[in-house]
Amino acid sequence: MSQTLNVAVLDYGIGNLRSAQKALQRVGANAELTADRAVIDAADAAVLPGVGNFGACMQALHSTGLARAATEFAGTGKPFLGICVGMQLLFEKSEESDEPGLGLLPGTIRLLPDTVKRPQMQWNKLCFAHLPGAGAHPLLQGLDDAWMYFVHSYSAEAGPEVIATVDYGGPVTAAVARNNVWATQFHPEKSAESGRRLLENWVDWAAANVDTGDGSRSNQKDTK
Amino acid sequence: MSVNRATTVVRVIPCLDVDNGRVVKGVNFVDLRDAGDPVELAAIYDQQGADELVFLDITATSDDRQTTVDMATAVAEQVFIPFTIGGGIRSVEDARRLLRAGADKVSVNSAAVARPELVAEIAAEFGNQCCVVAVDGRSSKATPSGFEVFVKGGREATGIDVVEWVKNVVDLGAGEILLTSMDRDGTREGFDIAMTSAVSHAVNVPIIASGGVGTVNDLAAGVTDGGADAVLAASIFHFGESTIADAKAALSEAGLTVRPA
Repeated sequence: MSQTLNVAVLDYGIGNLRSAQKALQRVGANAELTADRAVIDAADAAVLPGVGNFGACMQALHSTGLARAATEFAGTGKPFLGICVGMQLLFEKSEESDEPGLGLLPGTIRLLPDTVKRPQMQWNKLCFAHLPGAGAHPLLQGLDDAWMYFVHSYSAEAGPEVIATVDYGGPVTAAVARNNVWATQFHPEKSAESGRRLLENWVDWAAANVDTGDGSRSNQKDTK
Repeated sequence: MSVNRATTVVRVIPCLDVDNGRVVKGVNFVDLRDAGDPVELAAIYDQQGADELVFLDITATSDDRQTTVDMATAVAEQVFIPFTIGGGIRSVEDARRLLRAGADKVSVNSAAVARPELVAEIAAEFGNQCCVVAVDGRSSKATPSGFEVFVKGGREATGIDVVEWVKNVVDLGAGEILLTSMDRDGTREGFDIAMTSAVSHAVNVPIIASGGVGTVNDLAAGVTDGGADAVLAASIFHFGESTIADAKAALSEAGLTVRPA
């Protein structure tokens, strides 16, 4: 990439954000943990992390003003990546909480079936060959059968946004994408080399979509 | 609890004892510049294909806990697999400092026995997934399941039944149980299968089997017979007797699914 990508990692006081920051820096991005609206708006791309309870995360997002910042950032068309509960928050609602989600993606987050251990706390293997569409989404280039680290008890229901699943007592949503909004249920920042590759895919794609400085956005496209 | 075992991808977890930010207990790798450096060791296990790491902080005084936070910071700079820190965590604030530094989970043991609400407090603040409860058990005639919770490194009996305790902490919000047999720890005779099985059948959260691994051939029984989801070992890896790949090959040969090393 010709210029350093400025990534705002939305910091609303939840969990371990340093690992996400370090992992983004490792693939060449300038990643900053921030709750500052001006910094977020000025960033080229944003990451919405999240761990723990869906309702607690949404409440924290609202109380810090970051729910609105995230929604408006995503609305600009700039690259936006949700991770783990940060992916779940993009949806309309979750069985974990009465608190509504951000609603950037349609659908509901559902509890994993009681025939499997909850949380799924393990590495699991991505698959996307069975999904409709031609091959891997740009986020998943080179990652067919890649192992990623999951920690979750809830997952997004099946839908057209799903770009990868894992087998956990049946297909479980592992990654989703719609236009500029992409997200993973797993933790790429904790998924060793395969996670590094995924973040590199995202940063490379985001860098290719950075504002060129003449007021237009280069190479902006619908990827799904 | 009848869960679908076929879905488990067994995790192999090396455990490192840390005192004042330094790894102790005879780590013996060739090519290691500094056998006491937790970051260097963690990076080696990451490269070998370890699925997670556990650091057990045995620092004697609470004044020195900052060194453990610094260690978590340093590990998170260079290691991109999940890691847990246990030992000496007595409050939500202790947990917060480690999680903010880059740890993915914290493990509580004696402090939870002394004050079980700590488990609920950590789970409520950070989520069940980062709240591991470490349970040190020994066979005992004093409790109904035949296994009793011990604290102070296995020296002090509590009168608490292991199975009842595990059910209790899972109700409080524990997302994972690190179950160590104090009878087997250091013996190299293999896991305590009876205790592991009693616990894994009582709750529906992941169980890490620990204590007694003598060779990589001891690992699979913790899962196939004990019903654990992950296996933890220290000396077989630290002394260079076996690699993570050896451990995974042994698990694979036993018909279990692992992430290839």
